[in-house]
Amino acid sequence: MKEEIFQLLFAQAREMGEETGQTNLLNPTVETKLYHRDGNLDSLGLVTFIAGVEEKISDKFGVDILIVDEKAMSQVSSPFISVQSLADYVEKLLQNESGE
Amino acid sequence: MSTVAIITGTRKGLGRELCLHYLQQGFMIAGCSRGESSIDHPNYDHYSLDVSEEKKAVAMIREVYRKHGKIDVLINNAGIASMNPIPLSPASTALRILNTNYIGTFIFLREVGKIMLKKKYGRIVNFTTVATPLKLEGEALYASSKAAVETLTKIASREFASSGITVNAVGPTPIPTDLIKNVPKDKMEALLAQQAIKRFGNVDDLKNVIDFFISEKSDFITGQVIYLGGVTN
Ligand SMILES: NC(=O)c1ccc[n+]([C@@H]2O[C@H](COP(=O)([O-])OP(=O)(O)OC[C@H]3O[C@@H](n4cnc5c(N)ncnc54)[C@H](OP(=O)(O)O)[C@@H]3O)[C@@H](O)[C@H]2O)c1
Repeated sequence: MKEEIFQLLFAQAREMGEETGQTNLLNPTVETKLYHRDGNLDSLGLVTFIAGVEEKISDKFGVDILIVDEKAMSQVSSPFISVQSLADYVEKLLQNESGE
Repeated sequence: MSTVAIITGTRKGLGRELCLHYLQQGFMIAGCSRGESSIDHPNYDHYSLDVSEEKKAVAMIREVYRKHGKIDVLINNAGIASMNPIPLSPASTALRILNTNYIGTFIFLREVGKIMLKKKYGRIVNFTTVATPLKLEGEALYASSKAAVETLTKIASREFASSGITVNAVGPTPIPTDLIKNVPKDKMEALLAQQAIKRFGNVDDLKNVIDFFISEKSDFITGQVIYLGGVTN
């Protein structure tokens, strides 16, 4: 499942890279920073990114997860800092969903 | 292509009237209320849910998006009121009112807003009331919940402004529906007397404001609260 999540986040990053011309997003890796001081997204970019990920998760896994977090804007503990942290977070949400 | 709208609180009252009005204009509409549907129309889908139930609301909104591929308009109409002096008001009532009026509006605005972001277009209309600017005694819980909706409207209008999404609110005067049927006559007359134009509102007055807010041409109108009847802040 994790690999599928990574692929889905990469696809979203590339889409946004094409839209914004951000080269870092065009060739994403697990280390690619999303919302971070050295990141590639501003807060509106992050919101758009997350909305796209929610839709892709729904298409791929057939479940509606809600990606929101109180610490979204934190520079230390936000799940939205990098592709890796977001993938971990999404995986957890999907596991919770299937455990319900 | 038809305009796709979500209207909350469509079983009865103003939400139902608005829904029928926009169906007549050819909109595709998804509506919701706790109760069953009272509208039978090929372009109308009903969801029986409480607007403050996050999971159900999210599932509804995503289903509407999957079906139509877009959501152009959101009318956050579902609302409840309570008339009671503060010393006699249970905290459970405060919570119930906040849940429907504020949390429900917030959840729909957030979820539909995210979908509108993708299309870089959207029109969101929230519901407040003249009880808020008039600071009506006996309506503290209701008017405060709508004050929260007004602030949400203004901040959301800024957060979404660069994405072609407008967020405004309409504040009706009393319009005869079940919502106000238990308000004593003398209280109602005193309220009408505080309006610049001293009469009950009607559904056409409301439609007029919402038609304006959701018009494609109103792309430079956002963060505004329009009260009926000449009430001002
Ligand atoms: N009428 C007025 O004088 C007046 C004045 C100022 C502002 N407003 C505002 O206008 C809006 C509509 O009021 P109205 O007069 O049409 O009231 P209404 O006749 O009591 O109708 C309320 C509608 O909202 C639905 N609803 C209530 N709670 C809900 C919940 N938790 N989840 C989903 N649906 C819910 C109801 O259906 P169910 O019971 O099936 O859930 C019903 O369809 C409200 O926001 C109100 O504050 C009205």
